[in-house]
Amino acid sequence: MIPNEIAISVQGLKKSYKNIPVLKGVDFKVKTGSIFALLGSNGTGKTTIVKILTTLLKHDSGTAVVNGFDVASKPDSVRQSISLTGQFAAVDEILSGRENLIMIARLRHLKNPRQVADDLLKRFGLTDAANRRVSTYSGGMRRRLDIAMSLVGKSQLIFLDEPTTGLDPEARIEVWKFIKELSDNGTTVFLTTQYLEEAEQLADRIAILQNGRIIVNDTLTELKKLFPPTKVEYIEKQPTLEEIFLAIVGKKEEK
Amino acid sequence: METIKNYYFTDLSVMLGRSMRHHFRSVDTIITATIMPVALMLLFVYVLGGAIESGSNNYVNYLLPGVLLMAIANSMGYTSFRLFNDVQKGIFERFHSMPIARSAALWGHVLVSLVSNAVSVVVIILIAFIMGFRSPAGVLSWLAVIGILALFTLALTWLAAIPGLTAKTQDGAIAIAYPIHILPLISSAFVPTNTMPTVVSVFAENQPVTSIVNAMRALLNNQPVGNDIWIALAWCIGIMLVAYIFAMRAYKKRV
Repeated sequence: MIPNEIAISVQGLKKSYKNIPVLKGVDFKVKTGSIFALLGSNGTGKTTIVKILTTLLKHDSGTAVVNGFDVASKPDSVRQSISLTGQFAAVDEILSGRENLIMIARLRHLKNPRQVADDLLKRFGLTDAANRRVSTYSGGMRRRLDIAMSLVGKSQLIFLDEPTTGLDPEARIEVWKFIKELSDNGTTVFLTTQYLEEAEQLADRIAILQNGRIIVNDTLTELKKLFPPTKVEYIEKQPTLEEIFLAIVGKKEEK
Repeated sequence: METIKNYYFTDLSVMLGRSMRHHFRSVDTIITATIMPVALMLLFVYVLGGAIESGSNNYVNYLLPGVLLMAIANSMGYTSFRLFNDVQKGIFERFHSMPIARSAALWGHVLVSLVSNAVSVVVIILIAFIMGFRSPAGVLSWLAVIGILALFTLALTWLAAIPGLTAKTQDGAIAIAYPIHILPLISSAFVPTNTMPTVVSVFAENQPVTSIVNAMRALLNNQPVGNDIWIALAWCIGIMLVAYIFAMRAYKKRV
């Protein structure tokens, strides 16, 4: 990869919390414009990596370069070029959806905060709820607003830390759709998740974090090759509960 | 060095606007910070006032400084509460991953405390006027009173910021409010301290609220302020500096 094509480059990244090592030498690269999924169980350090890359946490050793800027020596330049959607929807509940977006647009020093807000509200299907306080929003709406807030200012690189945790299946599929759209528009997406299906659906490249190291980092096709070749077997395909749920809910909505 | 254009005051004004909305959209806050002290003032003047020997023939004049301090003290639980929520709900993380001045988010809360208390103070003084408060004080004395109130507000706000930033639970965050509420009651705010039992009066004579109340009372009555004003200023500035150092330390640890 030539330098311009690398959005994130991490080498030998180490971090301990009070002598308990969480990251023991993490290495990976993320290609510009791709969707990179970091998989791992709870407590393996996915969020720690996100926090280091978004300048919220200092690492102990190793290097992390984001959009060509070292996170340790050029944190302000890093912040200029990224957006973070944290693990819990970081929205202001007392403000309305529109006010939340306008606030972020003003903090990003954009010229037309209102226009930016209205466009995003429309894109995320929140126009009708725009003037309601966020405390009245459903979990899915909050997450949509949260992601919309991360899109203010059109950062080249977006970090999504477990974006669908706690969402119902419909809301999850909706979020997936937005993530795909983002990537289609050339934004690099760094995603952490504990859902294998999510990585399978979205990611160009999947890395698995375990015991403080990246143990696998490859495309889905290559990962599948790690296992014995496909055999043709005839089995009855049972619908999953998710498919049943979506079919029933979908029918109801059509009525 | 990085050359990022500095938008400190723009960022600060956005933060201020946000916290102002939080303040004025919370009926609870307005009741506690403005209506309760007014109600107490009515109670003391019209119910207890006849029986209290304050040594002054206009009890509203005697009472006003203490009621103002009480109003300010009452609002402090909300400063802790709002800061605690911002830390817990990830809003601070969102702000800190953006290219804005780090301390702007914290100063936004502090300035709101100043502005909202100024509003409460004006409302209470207007109602006191209706109830018969009169002052021969000149412009300079009034400026001194305003200065003392502002310093008192800043000192308590920074003090309240510490539990807001460090508490593990919401109850812990607002616990600071209770000792602060008690201070005006055990002071010269409502009755002269020489009417109290020795132990209580020694405490009352030597705690910050008494000297602040005495200094304000003297200023408003055009009487010599003596040492009280210097003791009052020393308390306010001392508490403010120590609390500021600890609050800033807690804040930096959080980000």
